[in-house]
Amino acid sequence: MTDIAQAVAPAAAPARMPSTLALGLARGAVETKMFFREKDAVVFTFSFPIILLVLFGSIFSGGLAGTGITFSQLYTAGLIGAGVMGAGFQSLGIGIAGDRDDGTLKRLAGTPMPRAAYFIGKVVNVLVIAFLEVAILLAIGVALYDLKLPGEVSGWLTFAWVFVLGVSASALLGVAASSLPRSAKSAAAVISMPFVVLQFISGVFIPFTQMPPWLINVASLFPLKWMCQGFRSVFLGDAGASLELAKSYELDRVALVLAAWLVGGLVLCLTTFRWKGRRDG
Amino acid sequence: MKQAIHVRGLTKRYGDVQAVAGLDLDIEQGEVFAILGPNGAGKSTTVEILEGYRSRDSGEVSVLGADPARPTREWRSRIGIVLQTANDAAELTVRETVRHFARYYPSPRDADEVIAQVGLTESAGKRVRQLSGGQRRRVDVALGLVGRPELLFLDEPTTGFDPEARRQFWDLIENLAHDGTTIVLTTHYLEEAETLADRVAVVARGQVVALGDPATLGGRATAKARVAWSEGTVETDTPTATVAELGRRYGGEVPGLSVTRPTLEDVYLRLIEHPS
Repeated sequence: MTDIAQAVAPAAAPARMPSTLALGLARGAVETKMFFREKDAVVFTFSFPIILLVLFGSIFSGGLAGTGITFSQLYTAGLIGAGVMGAGFQSLGIGIAGDRDDGTLKRLAGTPMPRAAYFIGKVVNVLVIAFLEVAILLAIGVALYDLKLPGEVSGWLTFAWVFVLGVSASALLGVAASSLPRSAKSAAAVISMPFVVLQFISGVFIPFTQMPPWLINVASLFPLKWMCQGFRSVFLGDAGASLELAKSYELDRVALVLAAWLVGGLVLCLTTFRWKGRRDG
Repeated sequence: MKQAIHVRGLTKRYGDVQAVAGLDLDIEQGEVFAILGPNGAGKSTTVEILEGYRSRDSGEVSVLGADPARPTREWRSRIGIVLQTANDAAELTVRETVRHFARYYPSPRDADEVIAQVGLTESAGKRVRQLSGGQRRRVDVALGLVGRPELLFLDEPTTGFDPEARRQFWDLIENLAHDGTTIVLTTHYLEEAETLADRVAVVARGQVVALGDPATLGGRATAKARVAWSEGTVETDTPTATVAELGRRYGGEVPGLSVTRPTLEDVYLRLIEHPS
């Protein structure tokens, strides 16, 4: 009797390590809580694409000849792409540089938290922000600019994979880019500059038909052009395909390029990520 | 008694600077051990190597029976680290922060108990950003404790504390030591080392230059006493005789009389002087 009682006594068993996924989700909850508590950052993050949408929608109110598509519909699709990339690339690039500077990363590295849990938490946080961002932009597009939501499941399926691939690739690139700024102070400038340039050359604000070929070639190397193209296929429909350079949305290439960035971003993260600040040596 | 930390011939070089130059160290389990030394003496580098933050160039290092250069989650869960500076997680409340960190460990302490131990119960609902510097430091200490570590590293833990908070913190450390936690403390406050530590190591020029009980460190207990009065000072091995002699000379009270042995600070300052 006593032997059995001792054998099953929980005190004798070594305590189990909490699972990586559970801790990743717990970090996601904490990150999201922290994000929403910083009111000024919340307002700025969400209002920026909204203001741009209303601004461009008001300035360019006409339609595109022979398609029945308006400029404002085009901008809504483009700004959804930019919003997704902003939530991934920009917010992580700046946010992780801040974590490195303020001691978050060093403190976490000293705990038994598995390192993957930190990245899972960031991805959860980015998914929440990107989802809200897109929902707000869609609501404005529908309410003010006659944006048509896809009526079929296939449209939403396309939306789902472009969204998930786009967010993931942008997030990984953000993680990799966070190692570039020397400090949290310089992070906003270092990360935002390439992102703003990318938006202008990727067809978010200026249609490709008005850009020189070499610039289009440069933009085609980066994921934002392809994300926007994928979102246009969802929201502008077949009528808009004639506006694309290839006269088609090239969804297979969208998937291919975004997947390539996903893999490349992952490799960059794994090879360049620093848990220490530059001052920590 | 088993060893918590064992170090032989530890070296670390940054470019032209030999930060740690063949350092030896043995810390017993359950001991409160203070490492003293000026900035740049190799103290922080040594501690960061022990904590598993930094790689070493050479030498033999064992912390809780494992090599800290290859930290595992199991090993990390037995160690608590209180870093020097951190300004993170400022938007969470004290309770949220401690509860969250408790989740990382297999058998953590109760978050509210830890908060009470560091004296933050009344501020538990406040965001970390709203706390004073000394209160933030106590959050750091709470996060170091919450995993129920066998070995706790404290890097200048009471910087920014007022005298009362420092006394409370010392009580906390004494309680932890009483429960068997091994504590490795670096500090600039010699009084703190003298109050808390069972043994003290003075690190200078990348090596341990003195080691022992703070009361006897560097020959402190047997050093000459200094007898001072308003008209002179004498260093002597027989201070009682000197005072008696002075008493006869003045025919009663000696003006401004004091008899002192070298303080830990005197010994420390002598030890860290560069040999000329």
